[in-house]
Amino acid sequence: MKPNLATLPKPRLAVEFAGLKLKNPLMPASGTFGYGQEFAPYLDLNQLGAIVTKGLSLNPKAGNPTPRIAETVSGMLNAIGLQNVGVDAFIREKMPFLEQFDSPVIVNFFGNTQEEYGEVAARLNDVPGVAALEMNISCPNVKHGGIVFGTDPKAAFDVITMVRKRLSKPLIVKLTPNVTDIRITAKAAEDAGADAISLINTLTGMSVDVRTRKPRIANVIGGLSGPGIRPVAVRMTHQVVQTVKIPVIGIGGIMRAEDALEFLIVGARAVQVGTANFVDPNALQTILTDLESFCVEQGVEDINDLIGTLEL
Amino acid sequence: MRSEEKKHKMKNLQTIVLSNQEISPGYFRMRILAPGYKGTAHPGQFVMFRVRRSLPPLLRRPFGIFQIGSLPADCEGMPEKEFIELIYKVVGSGTEVMRELHHGDRIELLGPLGRGFEIDDVAGDKILVGGGIGLVPLYMLADSLADRSRTRLLIGGRSREDIITVTEFERLGVTSHVTTEDGSLGEEGLITRILERKLDKYPKAKVYSCGPMPMLRAVEAICSARKVALQVSLEALMACGVGACLGCVVKGREHSEQNPDYLCTCRQGPVFHSHELDWDRLEKSAEQGKSS
Repeated sequence: MKPNLATLPKPRLAVEFAGLKLKNPLMPASGTFGYGQEFAPYLDLNQLGAIVTKGLSLNPKAGNPTPRIAETVSGMLNAIGLQNVGVDAFIREKMPFLEQFDSPVIVNFFGNTQEEYGEVAARLNDVPGVAALEMNISCPNVKHGGIVFGTDPKAAFDVITMVRKRLSKPLIVKLTPNVTDIRITAKAAEDAGADAISLINTLTGMSVDVRTRKPRIANVIGGLSGPGIRPVAVRMTHQVVQTVKIPVIGIGGIMRAEDALEFLIVGARAVQVGTANFVDPNALQTILTDLESFCVEQGVEDINDLIGTLEL
Repeated sequence: MRSEEKKHKMKNLQTIVLSNQEISPGYFRMRILAPGYKGTAHPGQFVMFRVRRSLPPLLRRPFGIFQIGSLPADCEGMPEKEFIELIYKVVGSGTEVMRELHHGDRIELLGPLGRGFEIDDVAGDKILVGGGIGLVPLYMLADSLADRSRTRLLIGGRSREDIITVTEFERLGVTSHVTTEDGSLGEEGLITRILERKLDKYPKAKVYSCGPMPMLRAVEAICSARKVALQVSLEALMACGVGACLGCVVKGREHSEQNPDYLCTCRQGPVFHSHELDWDRLEKSAEQGKSS
């Protein structure tokens, strides 16, 4: 007879890293969850391990021309271009809403120059309710900043060092997969004082409409996300976990609890769910429920007992 | 209580297809079991449709709601069966999968979403201008008007096969005018010519339009020249439908690089007052955006 799941003790899902206490290892990936408010009608934000905001810059940013998105096989290309309200408007208009929840708020940010990175970090450093910052050195869709810092280990080291000086809150650095060896940038981030690493951002890609012979997104090249990139993301997470001592957050094509578990088993301390939020605004809630069921079925009392248990 | 009601309104419904029929070559009409839509969905709102748990397509597809209705309960004591109807044209990978669905197939619906048509005087003269599949959101609008004898439907298409459901509008008491580019049904030519004629006759009429961007652009030019109020329902590529992906943005009237005024078609639209939009820059982006 099957055990009655309802009467079994609930597994412990809480994880801790870089001074952050998360109720569970699930959080949205930046840029797929707006500023949180957009998803409040569909799920309880208090259920999330953390809330991760859309990337913020010093000044508001218009973003790229449309079309900005195109579906591909098992994924999508996007070139939104980091459209955002700017850090000051975020603090003024978006933070009061986010502060109502007891899930830690992780604010994603980027800059066009080292100085801008430093300035945004400094402004967020004093904001109560911001638990940690996630630094984007990996966006493929903007001309300046973003990936320029993420693909050159020396530039990455310098900009992270600069941010570190102006930030006392925990710093997560989000890496791009569009490099020859991601372990080198991961090491540079660790050496520069990052408290944690999150990976991967999107893979650069392109798609062509064969009838109009035009690129399917206006920016020509965009970032590929979705279930199709997951094996790449799991591989890179595995490699980085083996390379650095700081905690790693796995990201890339997580649609279901099983997908999240892949990242945890290779050693990620938490995961971010991205494109799945677009497909189903309730995705994080569903993955959480299924993660719990998985633990019960497998006799896992504490999710931490699963992390980094890859059998080789 | 209120917030609970709101939550209910926005939920992701796991439901089934009731019927799915080809009503004209390439055009399908799908009836979907949808408890909770009746009385809550406004004319012009849309749903995000997902073929349940199947891959591909990965992303949902947005569709305007054609109509909402109900069927008698299967047996005594059961609630009546509320449904919504979508009409779609098979144009890409998403709609290719949809055309294969049958009665009883399981799907997911997110909605009703977005801002619908704003109707301030239900009894005044109204002109509804639809291009091809663009007439879909106009049906609920027409149905919601009090005096439909003062409502005119102008519907244009490439050929007679693109003119759908006109008789249903007529059954509501709406007068219809049809044009086709090849002259196979109604008058030969573009629907905008009829719009000018009707506005000569009813200069105070309010105009509501949905269709391909070149048509909307022409409708906007006519209405702004005559200072006639116009609301348009836009189509856009979108991934989420809830304002997060920012894939479906259009430029607002005040938009500039320094002060971005991007509007989300899914949240601030799909229906816009024409004066909210930057028409000079709308056409170009929509031309590029045609696909699945």
